[in-house]
Amino acid sequence: MTFDLLFEAVLFGILLGGFYAALSMGLSVSFGLLDVPHVAHPAIMVLGSYCTWLLVGLGLDPIVAGVVLMAPFFLLGMAVYRFYYEAFERRGSEAAVRGIAFFFGLALVIEVGLILGFGVDQRMVEAAYIGRSLSLGEIRIPMRTLAVFAVAVVLTLALTVYMSKTFTGRAIKAVAQDEPALRLMGANPVRIKQWAFGIATAVAALAGAMLIIIGPVDPGMDRVYIGRTFAVVVLAGLGSMTGTVAAGLVLGITESIVLIHPGLGASWAPAVSFTLLLIVLGVRPQGLFGR
Amino acid sequence: MKFWIGIAIAFGAAVATATFVDFDYFFFASYTVLMFIMLATAWNILGGYAGYVNFGTPAFFGLGAYTAAVLYKAYALPLGVLIAAAMLMSGLLGLFAGLLTLRLRGIFFAIATIALTVIMETVFINWRYAGGATGLQLLRPPPIAPFESYIKMLFVLMAAMALASMALARYIENSWLGRGLRALRDSEEAAECSGVPTLKLKVFACTVSGGLMGACGAPMPMYLSFIEPASTFNLNYAVGALASPMIGGTAHWLGPVIGAFVLASLQQIVTVTISNEMNVLVVGALLVVFVVVAPDGLLGLFKRIFSRK
Amino acid sequence: MNALLKIQNLSKTFGGFTALNDVSLDIAEGERFGLIGPNGSGKTTLINCVSGALRNEAGSIVFDGRNVTALPAYRRTRLGIARSFQIPRPFSSMTVLENLTVPLDYVVHIRTLHKADVAGESLAILRDMGLADKAHTPSNRLSQVELRKLELARAMAARPRLLISDEAMAGLSGAEVEEVLKILFRLNESGITIIMIEHIMQAVMRFSQRVVCLDAGRIICEGPPAEIVKNPDVQRAYLGA
Repeated sequence: MTFDLLFEAVLFGILLGGFYAALSMGLSVSFGLLDVPHVAHPAIMVLGSYCTWLLVGLGLDPIVAGVVLMAPFFLLGMAVYRFYYEAFERRGSEAAVRGIAFFFGLALVIEVGLILGFGVDQRMVEAAYIGRSLSLGEIRIPMRTLAVFAVAVVLTLALTVYMSKTFTGRAIKAVAQDEPALRLMGANPVRIKQWAFGIATAVAALAGAMLIIIGPVDPGMDRVYIGRTFAVVVLAGLGSMTGTVAAGLVLGITESIVLIHPGLGASWAPAVSFTLLLIVLGVRPQGLFGR
Repeated sequence: MKFWIGIAIAFGAAVATATFVDFDYFFFASYTVLMFIMLATAWNILGGYAGYVNFGTPAFFGLGAYTAAVLYKAYALPLGVLIAAAMLMSGLLGLFAGLLTLRLRGIFFAIATIALTVIMETVFINWRYAGGATGLQLLRPPPIAPFESYIKMLFVLMAAMALASMALARYIENSWLGRGLRALRDSEEAAECSGVPTLKLKVFACTVSGGLMGACGAPMPMYLSFIEPASTFNLNYAVGALASPMIGGTAHWLGPVIGAFVLASLQQIVTVTISNEMNVLVVGALLVVFVVVAPDGLLGLFKRIFSRK
Repeated sequence: MNALLKIQNLSKTFGGFTALNDVSLDIAEGERFGLIGPNGSGKTTLINCVSGALRNEAGSIVFDGRNVTALPAYRRTRLGIARSFQIPRPFSSMTVLENLTVPLDYVVHIRTLHKADVAGESLAILRDMGLADKAHTPSNRLSQVELRKLELARAMAARPRLLISDEAMAGLSGAEVEEVLKILFRLNESGITIIMIEHIMQAVMRFSQRVVCLDAGRIICEGPPAEIVKNPDVQRAYLGA
């Protein structure tokens, strides 16, 4: 493996990593902060991809479509959380097991729903920045990767600012750390969690748009992304936004190197995120920056 | 005593069917149902009794199937040995996975089981001796006497294994082990403080569950005369093993059996009348409905209806 | 003093927050010991470290001459440390009687598992606690005071030498508090060392031979009940400066 090849792999890994970090932001909030066993997060993301495809069919730019979708997905997220809360969280820890099964069923329903609605074939979108590359010396970087990376950076910054500067943002962090104290201060934890879940789902919609910009999407893709997003969130340490960025980069670079490694390659790529996940769970379950 | 009489009758019925019925499709279909009964029963030992959800049934089932296939290809071992080896391998996988993740919260274990499935599948896609992505063809040995048809033999074998699994689940459920599992499911902290070695029990349940799933997978390559990664590590096994107890009832060993029957029948009807994809949608929807509305499953519903009379 | 439990320099932190700071305490065999302190002072954290539900970062816990600091909770229970939970945690899928069979199976009869008459033993304990008539009631259908009694009964079923009662009387009526207090006195008379955590001052003062007050993870006062009550630091901790 030459140095050039390695350098290129790391560069792509960084771009990929930024993308993974953005995809995982929503899960970082819903699972990392709120402790909701949201295995359906990638499925909702893929749903976002298909909705983006529909809107692009109507003439919108994919990124714009993603942003537009954030509002309806926000409402969807609030509704899902409300339902989850009433049906499971309220009823105590025995029901927590069923909460996991519920989200699994939900992911299944979404996936099959997409198959029934759109068929199993892949869907792609087109835009000005898809299909062209930027030349940096001898390296050619696809523009769509850059576009997605840019969106990822903006999204991460926006979320980080929101979480630390606004009242609701800080309330969300507070509810993750000390719910009874928050209650004593007069805030309603359930409403805050609902709001947070709504934000997480809105972010998932934008992530879905990014997903379909990066490459073709098919209904079964949520499965490999369960591995990637959970690997990032667990490696980051539950609840850490900055950790999510770092963890995303680690995953991106690792996958990139495996991809170009002569002994491994693309057929091993799906296993990378999951192997990383198992290693983290075994060695340091609280992740890099865990609470 | 009643239970064992029931078991004897059921097994007798299986043998009788094999002797007198000659409709091949019946045996193919029944084999699948029996397989899901065994998988659901195995799943429930960890999922229902201890409360730890396993999404990765295909990992254990698939490892068992591939263990059998590879050993058969290499040494042409008899079926009994293959099943034992498969049980051992998948049991070890359960032990490993359990030790690694059962000390964490349930959701981490669940995600880890998905990880195992994908990793297993990737390993076997890349292992050329086992057939790689295209798969491995196997030549079936002749059926063991007194059986004349290989598929009939597998049918009776799977019936025996399914019944044995049910007996094992029942034994665990009614024993002090089962009470410990139930205690740790109800409140892990209180169970620890009552002297229950929660980690050891969880790992035990995971090992047994995994081993049974592996044994269930072992005859599969013989059944198909073929094995390949995509269908072996198929999500359907994960869904079926999980949904059957959730629908039938997780507290009692009969729950997974009833759930598997209901689900298998429903799936046959839907596949034939509508489509294969609709099938998975129906299962997913049923899972969501039951988990929310009827957490004790069909058995729980029956109990409630009959206790009012 | 014949110390049954020796806590030495115990410290416990949660991320950046120090819940317990260098706490040292000796509990004598057969003692009735009271632990008080305002909310958040670390009482339950201390109990969790002693019972093994939490691991302390620094310090040691020696029970009956044996260092238990590294042992998992179930081992400590088998050695003789039992506790009840502040918010009762019954095994809700089981009846009252079945709840008690768990510690009987896993602590008392761990070596002779199939032979003992655990149901009979459970019933005897329930009779002692005044819960015999509820033996076959599902434990998720009990009243508050019955749940508290079940917590104590289940802790007792493990035949402990040390029983830690974590706010067993919170939210109970005067008569109910009396009931629980009587049970605790009777248990102590049969030789069981008891640590009581309570907010109901008159119960703690009547029950305890010695009281320790915690505030912000440190011991601020230790002595007989009469002295503790008059101590200005204690009053300040509870009422604020």
